[in-house]
Amino acid sequence: MSIWEYANPTKFMRVTDGALPWLVGAAAICCVVGVVWGFLTPDDFRQGSTVKIVFLHVPAAMMAINIWVMMLVASLIWIIRRHHVSALAAKAAAPIGAVMTLIALATGAIWGQPMWGTWWEWDPRLTSFLILFLFYIGYMALWSAVEDPDSAADLTGVLCLVGSVFALLSRYAVLFWNQGLHQGASLSVQSGERMSHVYRYPLYLAMLGFFLLFLALLLIRTRTEIRRRRLAALQAREMRA
Amino acid sequence: MIALLIRDLRLATRAGGGFGLGVAFFLILSALVPFGVGPDRATLAPVAPGILWVGALLACLLSLDRIFALDHEDGSLDLLATAPLPLEGAVAIKALAHWITTGLPLVLAAPVFGLLLQLPGQAMPWLVLSLALGTPALSMLGAFGAAITVGLRRGGLLLSLLVLPLYIPTLIFGAEITRRGAEGAPIATPLLFLAGITLGVVALIPLAAAAALRVNLR
Repeated sequence: MSIWEYANPTKFMRVTDGALPWLVGAAAICCVVGVVWGFLTPDDFRQGSTVKIVFLHVPAAMMAINIWVMMLVASLIWIIRRHHVSALAAKAAAPIGAVMTLIALATGAIWGQPMWGTWWEWDPRLTSFLILFLFYIGYMALWSAVEDPDSAADLTGVLCLVGSVFALLSRYAVLFWNQGLHQGASLSVQSGERMSHVYRYPLYLAMLGFFLLFLALLLIRTRTEIRRRRLAALQAREMRA
Repeated sequence: MIALLIRDLRLATRAGGGFGLGVAFFLILSALVPFGVGPDRATLAPVAPGILWVGALLACLLSLDRIFALDHEDGSLDLLATAPLPLEGAVAIKALAHWITTGLPLVLAAPVFGLLLQLPGQAMPWLVLSLALGTPALSMLGAFGAAITVGLRRGGLLLSLLVLPLYIPTLIFGAEITRRGAEGAPIATPLLFLAGITLGVVALIPLAAAAALRVNLR
């Protein structure tokens, strides 16, 4: 019994079919409870009620990065061991990651407007997320542009590897770039470590909720991809017959 | 390898304006910017390093799909893939040919464009140096993008979408060198970073580009 058995699409479909309702339920509970609990926390003495957007912003930002890492791992598994479910999971994860990045950017802008007095600042952290969003878009565009599914998986896999290196490189290059310019002091507001316990526990719950939400969406989308592949195979067989 | 290089250079020079195209594009861009942001020295000089670098980026992008597309159409790319020369080497040579036809003219012509955009005189050597260091990385990354999109119809737009994010670190350090050169600030750190990026790209990207080509030729 090893984890590679789940690379078999049939087995994957059977297991996820049973697990999915539980996962969706747990994700819904954690998200709702986390965000509502977060909303009911007292106002922050410095930031007022705007701090409550943190319960959407931080989990989305965390997932935005982690989903790219997950795509990197899935791409590596596809390139090295050629398990189709892995490639399809990477394909399925990309739009979720792009939306998470967008949520993080949007909530950040909504939060930043009252806090920093601006919707957008060319701050290293914000800029890296914009770049990450560009990488997601390129990755998805490549998936949809290549017709042959195996070639598409190979090409996007290579792109994901190279893109990861350059996303990381950009992260630090951007940090370097902005040190030459003026830098607001309010940047580290969003670091979770300095928060009091009142905010910390609902935040953890919201993070867990977002993670479960991602997992549930990922499984649903991967199952769709597998079914689409099976359908294509059936149609191809029909055409030959 | 040298034969391949000479062949690519010859094709670029003879097949309809590929050689000077990047420089001409750069010239038009430099001429357009003052219309956009205003002609006086006080507005142009501070943005000149960034504009020059973004211009170099776009000029480079313009000719990227030529790297593999023509060879893919007439089938000579398949011959290259089966030739005794490793595909990684072929990729590197073709990127080098692209650099000689696009990057090198830009490097040589950069001071003129710097003059047009009122770049301070003391920044000129740094502009040339940063372009000379950075444009090989642009060509190599472009070859990777071209290798990924070679089999695709309407690959050009996708190519720019894939390649431009990869250009960001090079752009940051290249423009930073020029900007610091204009201000007379120390430039050693961005210079080292840019050199490091270029060397890393030249060493590793041919592997990725060759892998992408093999997939597309399958």
